[in-house]
Amino acid sequence: MAITGLIMVGFLLMHMYGNLKVFLGADSFNHYAEWLKGDILYPLVPSGVFIWVFRVFLLVAIVAHIWSAAVLTGRAHAARSSKYAVTKRLSQTYAARTMRWGGVILAGFLVFHLLQFTAQVVTTGFQAGATPYDMVIASFSQWWVTLAYAVWVAIVCLHVRHGVWSALTTLGANTSPKARAFLNGLAWVIAIVLFVGFMIMPLAVQFGWVK
Amino acid sequence: MIINLRVWRQANAQSAGKMVSYRVENVSEDMSFLEMLDLLNEDLTVKGEEPIAFDHDCREGICGMCGVVINGAAHGRASSPVPTTTCQLHMRSFADGATIDVEPWRAGAFPVIKDLVVDRTAFDRIIQAGGFISINAGSAPEAHSVPAPKIQADRAFDAATCIGCGACVAACPNGSGMLFTAAKITHLAMLPQGQPERYTRVKTMLAQHDADGFGGCTNIGECAAVCPKSIPLDTISALNRDLMKSLFRKDGK
Repeated sequence: MAITGLIMVGFLLMHMYGNLKVFLGADSFNHYAEWLKGDILYPLVPSGVFIWVFRVFLLVAIVAHIWSAAVLTGRAHAARSSKYAVTKRLSQTYAARTMRWGGVILAGFLVFHLLQFTAQVVTTGFQAGATPYDMVIASFSQWWVTLAYAVWVAIVCLHVRHGVWSALTTLGANTSPKARAFLNGLAWVIAIVLFVGFMIMPLAVQFGWVK
Repeated sequence: MIINLRVWRQANAQSAGKMVSYRVENVSEDMSFLEMLDLLNEDLTVKGEEPIAFDHDCREGICGMCGVVINGAAHGRASSPVPTTTCQLHMRSFADGATIDVEPWRAGAFPVIKDLVVDRTAFDRIIQAGGFISINAGSAPEAHSVPAPKIQADRAFDAATCIGCGACVAACPNGSGMLFTAAKITHLAMLPQGQPERYTRVKTMLAQHDADGFGGCTNIGECAAVCPKSIPLDTISALNRDLMKSLFRKDGK
């Protein structure tokens, strides 16, 4: 759970950084996208192979993450089969409380995201086969795409808020009350950086700063 | 004071339970929560009704026998900054005429025996699985022959204050017993005497914890918030570190 989660947080940070290339213009962004799909580690591996290795790696991480979550959820339900009439929450965060359903919801959005920009089965204002830059501009020019994306990114960042703290704690980093405060702070920083980093680009498109 | 109680009544482990309302009059604000229940039980006994069963022993907050969920918080500490056991919670913490919900610890590993009494022998089984040190009991050795570093000794003592009341399990949304197990692991792992079995202990105790039907830890933090002995959440990370190290060690031949 912890290791696969941190792998995905690492991926999100890379993805966020890559998205910001939109601000360098269409050529730069499209070239970057092409490099992702083709030339990484070329000629060590044949062109276009690394992306599939990476996709399989991420897929394994996601499946392992969901499997662990399902096992933990099953155990938790078995361990609390009779419910309290009243529950007073003392220290849990909203992020911690919504990890399970939040995870399910964000996975649903993720499927849509992949159908939209990777498989291009669901097109939002662009033709399948359009350049990455055109897909981004056409999609985020529509307010509802930007809004849905904002909701999704917010859910992802809530998940990251508890996830980063919890993963590092599981791996033994919570060594003192000071470390606990630091890890929670770190989780907040990563969540906020991801939210801002992912939202700048769609908002810039929405408001016409990037065309 | 007049207190309106809603108490979980359950005749035995097999029967279904329900919340039953009672009105307790002439409650002194200096009474402990358990004394208020005693008052109600005297009244029920006079009326010929079955008194409410609840666990208690020392009533000084050190034995770990008592413990009920009061208004949704294990031991009823609620928003008070002072950690407490149920026996050390006083009626002055409540308003006159208040309605108070009283429930047993609810966890798969802690089946209800009767009313507010739960079976916590799962904790004993976790201890039996490794919460001990194997030494030949002879005459006491010279104390200075086994130096214990101050910081580790303090941490071991802090963890050793765990009284095994089970509030951590009761408060955990996952019904996990990790704080209890981690307190025992940390207590023994910090001291020189605990080293020989350190990395097998963490595996056997955790395996017993899981086998007894406790949930898994997702680092929510409710356990440490209700712990009457303020066992810190970082003991769980200490357990996890030992567990990870144990994966790279042999258990035996």
